[in-house]
Amino acid sequence: MDFINAIVLLLNYIFVPALSYGSQLALGAIFVSLIYGILRFAYFTAGDLMSFGTMFTILFTWYFQSLGISLGVLPTALLAIPFGIMITILYVLVKDKLVFSYYRFKKSPPVMLAMVSIGTMFVTQAIVRIIIGPFDRRFFDGEKFILKANEFKEMTGLNEGLTIKSTQVITLFVTIIVVSILFWFLNKTKTGKSMRAYSDNEDLALLSGIDPKRVVMITWIIAAILATIGGTLYGLDKSFKPFTYFNNMLPIFAAAIVGGIGNPFGAFLGGYVIAFSEILVTYAYRKFFIYLLPESIEPDSLLQLLSTDYKFAVSFSILVVVLLFRPSGIFKGKII
Amino acid sequence: MRNNRDVILAYSIMLGLIILVGFLQSWSIALSILCLCLISAVMTMGANIQWGYAGLINFGIMGYTALGGLAAVLVSVPPVREAWQVGGLNMILCALLIALMVFSVRFIIKKYKKSNKRNYGIAAVIIVGLIFLRLISGPAIESIEAVNPATTGFLGGMGFPILFSWIVGAFFAGGLAYVIGKIALGLRADYLAIATLLISEIVIAVIKHEDWLSRGVKNVIGLKRPVPYEIDLQNKEWFIDLVARFNQGTLNLITDALEKEQMLKQLVIEGSTVFVKLCFAGLFTAVVIILLIVTQKALYSPWGRMMRAIRDNEEAANAMGKNVVKQHLLIFVLGSAIVGIAGAMMVTYDGLFTPGSYRPMRYTFLIWVMVIVGGSGNNFGAVLGGFAVWFLWIEAAPIALFLINFFTTGLEETNVLRLHLIDSIPYFRFLMMGIGLLLIMRYRPKGILPEKIKQV
Repeated sequence: MDFINAIVLLLNYIFVPALSYGSQLALGAIFVSLIYGILRFAYFTAGDLMSFGTMFTILFTWYFQSLGISLGVLPTALLAIPFGIMITILYVLVKDKLVFSYYRFKKSPPVMLAMVSIGTMFVTQAIVRIIIGPFDRRFFDGEKFILKANEFKEMTGLNEGLTIKSTQVITLFVTIIVVSILFWFLNKTKTGKSMRAYSDNEDLALLSGIDPKRVVMITWIIAAILATIGGTLYGLDKSFKPFTYFNNMLPIFAAAIVGGIGNPFGAFLGGYVIAFSEILVTYAYRKFFIYLLPESIEPDSLLQLLSTDYKFAVSFSILVVVLLFRPSGIFKGKII
Repeated sequence: MRNNRDVILAYSIMLGLIILVGFLQSWSIALSILCLCLISAVMTMGANIQWGYAGLINFGIMGYTALGGLAAVLVSVPPVREAWQVGGLNMILCALLIALMVFSVRFIIKKYKKSNKRNYGIAAVIIVGLIFLRLISGPAIESIEAVNPATTGFLGGMGFPILFSWIVGAFFAGGLAYVIGKIALGLRADYLAIATLLISEIVIAVIKHEDWLSRGVKNVIGLKRPVPYEIDLQNKEWFIDLVARFNQGTLNLITDALEKEQMLKQLVIEGSTVFVKLCFAGLFTAVVIILLIVTQKALYSPWGRMMRAIRDNEEAANAMGKNVVKQHLLIFVLGSAIVGIAGAMMVTYDGLFTPGSYRPMRYTFLIWVMVIVGGSGNNFGAVLGGFAVWFLWIEAAPIALFLINFFTTGLEETNVLRLHLIDSIPYFRFLMMGIGLLLIMRYRPKGILPEKIKQV
């Protein structure tokens, strides 16, 4: 019984939260990785693009709520996501036309484009803050829990409860759907293949008649879709605050690089690597060992490797280690 | 010649703007803008050395700034004896242990060939070391933080004059840059950017949460100033005389003696803040001028030419026998050290150290905007960028308010849109910075004052 308790404890505090956080990071990392692979620069607006998409989703959610439309047990935001996506797509395409296309045409070095993306980062951040303000917003409605700790305890007769929030399940569900569609698109369709070809070897792709404009446009559209979905899922699960989203850029980059930048599948896994390591390293294992070990050698200390304050630091340390020992990422992305 | 005229023109416009603020708003505001402009200028010089001279991207400016600030605390705060008694020994032991770890890792790397075995060895050393560190430092940290937590709760510093910290800050930042450079400089440009950005976040996390060292988010306040305090000045005979002489005209107009005295008192209070800020501005200007002379000399020395050669064509420079790796590391350390000075200056000016306030937007990306807008590779350009961007950053709110009022004159006072826009005025500065950066990068990619290369 103690053993099962210990497992449930880990499930509740590590596995479930890390899985949903990892999915949110993974969605971000995939589009950062895609942009890196196809447009060839580090897209520093990543976090803020996510907050931009989320903001419009929230605005539409509020609008629907005011109209009295809801999805019952599911959050209304799910209904609003497509509208948020549309505005975000429009925004990235306009941004590309006004800002990025010029540098692409001039064949500027990637560093230049990264700098330009810092400019757009400032602008995006300003737009988000001007429209919705810098404050914490919660826009979740519908059923909050799928499984409450108490119900679980009653059901199984265990000491430890298992809580599963509906947002966590939704996150996982949506991520699986979106990512499978994306990989099907990249691997099976003609457009997807042309994108991968363009990413592998630009000159060769151009020679074989791939239209670069189309590839770039589709990349941006995918980025907008992933950013909005990832951002909204994060906002549903936790809460929406522009500053947090900006900060999320850092673990997202870490995930993309750990997975091998330019390699979307690696980035997808990288998101989970980062999320799990963040939570595994900062979790206090005391209770876990109390269940497992006999009473005589029960631990006194918290058995926490690092305090939770260092959550971010963990993922960055992993990144540094990966960069040192395997600069192309765990799953072989572009060689740096 | 034309270039020099541009420089002089640009700087006079900048000074004119600051003086205009003095007339329109107040001299105190104008001087604080000037002081922070000077500090920003030092930061941009540091970033410019790395980016403009050598083409290295360092997005870790925030980390070095914070480290410089930490130096100010560690140098100027008097030591907390009690804390040293309860935990000092253990902390020194920890420092020795870290040194031991570093040396043993270096030893392993030197002694053995690259292999999986070596990697495991290094990992083992680090893990064992960390466990011992935890065991030794854990109780010590607890007892140090328990010493008078409301006022101290940390080890304190050395109790030296704070000006000394400007040098120490440079060494701190330079030391960190050496370590980071060793790790990350081999990476390609944008990877280096991301790596340094993340590492600077780690530095901030450590400063924020290691309370025994820096008091963390509890902040250190009341750092000693290198210049007189307002309160002291207001009671000094010579200062009151000075203020009286300066304002003779206004004072003579008032005939009533009592009123005159009150007026003088008011003027002395105002004058003291201005005087203090003037002192700061003088100190900062001295630093900026010294750094300008040094960096300018370096730029036109054979060493500067070599750096440009490395920046513009690394392979060719390498083929000419220049040690690119070593020079990159050197310039990375030098630039970061300058940023460290700026960090210490900033804490000195504020008189307090607030680790929570270090955010990448303000301390990394804004500095980069300054460098790019001003003109990378040109020290005068970078300094000007520091001035112009900081000025805009501060004055963005009044400008935005004016613009909003101008464009919404048709709307009523209580119009929702208008009120909402006025509420969000603080964020227009981001918009201005972003658009400014994008415009400059598009239409004047070399900055306001572009780099000029003397043809010999």
